[in-house]
Amino acid sequence: MSQITPVFKREFLGYFRSPVAYVFLIVFLVASVGLAFFIGGFFRNNQASLESFFVFHPWLYLLLVPAAAMRLWAEEKRGGTLELLFTLPLTTTQAVLAKFFAAWLFLVLGLLLTLPMAFTVGWLGDPDWGVIVSGYLGSALLAGACLAVCSLISALTKNQVIAFVLGVIALLVLLFLGWSVFNQLLSGFLSVGAVDFIANLGVIPHFEAIAKGIIDARSLAYFGSLIALALALNVAALDR
Amino acid sequence: MIEVKGLVKTYGNKRAVDGVSFKVNPGDILGFLGPNGAGKSTTMKMITGFIRPDAGSATVAGIDVTRDPVAVKAKIGYLPESAPAYGEMTVLEFLRFIAEIRGFRAKSARDERVERAIARTHLEPVRRQTIETLSKGYKQRVGFAQALLHEPPCLVLDEPTDGLDPNQKNEVRSLIKTMAKDRAVILSTHILEEVDAICTRIILISQGKVVVDETPEAFRARKPGARLDEIFRSLTKGDA
Repeated sequence: MSQITPVFKREFLGYFRSPVAYVFLIVFLVASVGLAFFIGGFFRNNQASLESFFVFHPWLYLLLVPAAAMRLWAEEKRGGTLELLFTLPLTTTQAVLAKFFAAWLFLVLGLLLTLPMAFTVGWLGDPDWGVIVSGYLGSALLAGACLAVCSLISALTKNQVIAFVLGVIALLVLLFLGWSVFNQLLSGFLSVGAVDFIANLGVIPHFEAIAKGIIDARSLAYFGSLIALALALNVAALDR
Repeated sequence: MIEVKGLVKTYGNKRAVDGVSFKVNPGDILGFLGPNGAGKSTTMKMITGFIRPDAGSATVAGIDVTRDPVAVKAKIGYLPESAPAYGEMTVLEFLRFIAEIRGFRAKSARDERVERAIARTHLEPVRRQTIETLSKGYKQRVGFAQALLHEPPCLVLDEPTDGLDPNQKNEVRSLIKTMAKDRAVILSTHILEEVDAICTRIILISQGKVVVDETPEAFRARKPGARLDEIFRSLTKGDA
């Protein structure tokens, strides 16, 4: 455990050693708030809730998480620092966990910077704070799951562009599986049970349940196992 | 201190390392010679636990590197070829990171180690500069500082003087000499004078096999009066 801290710290602060962090955080804020206002009708709905804000998060993460994760391993491979890291006294699992949690914290930081949205809703109306907290939790879990998948992909290549593109494609699949529009299409030729099964493999139904305030053990288990599986494969990919 | 027995590594259908065996005792400076592609770096990568051997074993201080890689890594200071480091960090930040991961968690112990390494490798003038802005000579010294920071009983140096000017080469050589007193040192090079200047033993590998394992005097005596590189050439004819 103690070996995780230095790598975690280096990785998290690493985002701020280049303009990447600031560009990322600004884009995150502008896009998340912009989508809620201009497409979600945040004010027009006249509801004291953040539903129109959270509903876009899966699509936001589709582009932003691969952008934040593409460098995780690809950069180490290209720069030769992988050899340095893996000849220091730590296990591959520790390195994978350290990098994952650092990147996750970075994404959660971006998410927390949107808290003024919640305070605005609280000032203007009387929202259900439990649902808002649950929404943030769901979004953080969603970001973590997307990140674990993209971290795995970054470990498979030394090219960051390839890591980004493949990351977007992998997330697109995870989103489509549980996207209502796609599920409706499927229900034209598949039984209800089959469509339900496929939908539950995707991230959206689990995220939406938590974002609505339903913190279901199955959804938590879904995110937990998706993260664990992707990270286990990540370790295996690096442990040649 | 370091014992290598029958190491084998195959890439595709090419045997990069083919049954290499040798032993290095404390106080030895082992010069690892051979043409490019002879398997020097691959052997070093297996000793330091970066890549796994297909067969054979490498033990450091009695610990098998495939059994307990973390324990072995803790005993080795490794300077990989071309001294990879995190370019966006300053020299100070980078060495602090290395110190922390090497187990010097308390601020005072950490800073003491870092200061000593900086003094030893003459990095004072650039301590607050980011590594990517340093000249090749300074970058190499950062790699050195990183490798000897924890005063390891074994040093593995892959082409430590590559790309340095004559003055820097001299400096690095005297540094290695002072470091070697009670340590086992392996260094690879293709500069033959270097071997003559500091090594207590020569191992010449060609096409993945050890062809010479003797003292520099014995090596020189192979062809009295001949220049070292003539002897080198006659022994490595097989390598294109």
